[in-house]
Amino acid sequence: MECSFGITGKGYTIIASDSNAARSIVKMKTDEDKQKVLSDHLVMTYSGESGDTLQFSEYIERNLRLYGIRNHVELRPRAAASWIRAQIADSLRTRNAYQVNLLLGGFDLPTSEPALYWVDYLGTLATVPFAAHGYGAFFALSTLDRYHRPDMSLEEGLDLLRRCINELKTRFIVDLGTFKVRVVDREGVREVKL
Amino acid sequence: MSRSYDRALTVFSPDGHLFQVDYALEAVRKGTCAVGVRGKDVVVLGVEKKSVLQLQDPRTIRKTAMIDDHVCLAFAGLTADARILIDKARIECQSHRLTVEDPVTVDYITRHIAGIQQRYTQSGGVRPFGISTLIIGFDANETRPRLYQTEPSGMYSAWKANAIGRSSKTVREFLEKNHKDDMTKDETIKLAIKSLLEVVQTGAKNIEIALMEGHGQVRNLELAEIEKFVEEITKEKEAEAERRRNRLAATAGAQASMS
Repeated sequence: MECSFGITGKGYTIIASDSNAARSIVKMKTDEDKQKVLSDHLVMTYSGESGDTLQFSEYIERNLRLYGIRNHVELRPRAAASWIRAQIADSLRTRNAYQVNLLLGGFDLPTSEPALYWVDYLGTLATVPFAAHGYGAFFALSTLDRYHRPDMSLEEGLDLLRRCINELKTRFIVDLGTFKVRVVDREGVREVKL
Repeated sequence: MSRSYDRALTVFSPDGHLFQVDYALEAVRKGTCAVGVRGKDVVVLGVEKKSVLQLQDPRTIRKTAMIDDHVCLAFAGLTADARILIDKARIECQSHRLTVEDPVTVDYITRHIAGIQQRYTQSGGVRPFGISTLIIGFDANETRPRLYQTEPSGMYSAWKANAIGRSSKTVREFLEKNHKDDMTKDETIKLAIKSLLEVVQTGAKNIEIALMEGHGQVRNLELAEIEKFVEEITKEKEAEAERRRNRLAATAGAQASMS
């Protein structure tokens, strides 16, 4: 029942994920942060098999940090996404593959472009203007199709996100609770309240 | 005689020496000088920069390296060996964070680095690292600065202030004479620069200073800042020389009037 969203706009990327930790039909926690800030201009949401998600995302986090320290420059979003995809694809061809779905939101400083990548547990990588994982995708993608524009201001982008979450509130039988939202832009990563 | 003990590294000479380790220390003594000074709540690394060739890109020559966000390392000796050791240390830092979710302590990473250096004195087909290192940093949630040294033999030790590399003996003696406990930030930087100037003749442009003021707060001083300190130091030295001259003249005058 996990759900995450990503929306790009004019000079920013919004990343949002629900904050439930659930097991079977039981909700264990409602303030879980299912995102990792990988570098100054890169955030990742993760969902999927609960042990795998944490193990995998921490592995990614530490390796990208190591790259940064070794090379005195962070991996650009595109490069990071390709590398992460490769890690999933490699793992998929072992006996115990990581079952993790990711959204990677970033801001590419050299080109000043926002970046959003959709990655699933099969190693699919897609560059997208907006994205969703989980059941939320069934409800929100049509809304995103209808209202998304690439030149949206940050406030418009957050409004669109509110619209998507509202759609879930009205139509989805499960209440996903509050969403954790982060924005990446030229200044870096910051958390925002909806 | 001694030639037969040079062949295999893992063989002792009769008087208990490992020649290759001694030679590695020799490589360290030939390397550029590096000093580390601990103050009250800052710690400073200073290194002697060899002047770059006219057509060389100076940014590609680094004598200090960040091991993690809160640990900085300077070395003296073979730069190529240092690169390998630094990379191993960096991997260990991230691996430590991954397994225990905490940044390494300076003590831990020093022990790890010294451990690697020791391993290369006891296994076959390898040679020791031709470098000594100075490691500075702050542990998480602590205000006490740390300064450690490692050697090719794998020995490590903690210091208030120390120097490695070319003329390190002179610099260490200078530090012994001038170090005080609980120095302020400016005093600490000044002592580091002053001690380096004992062996670096060319002044500010051949000195690199890394300053650490707390957990994860590191920066390299700008050339202008270093120049300011160097200027201050030369002024003090001149004043000192002037005073001495006056004193000498006074005694000479007194002696002349006596006779």
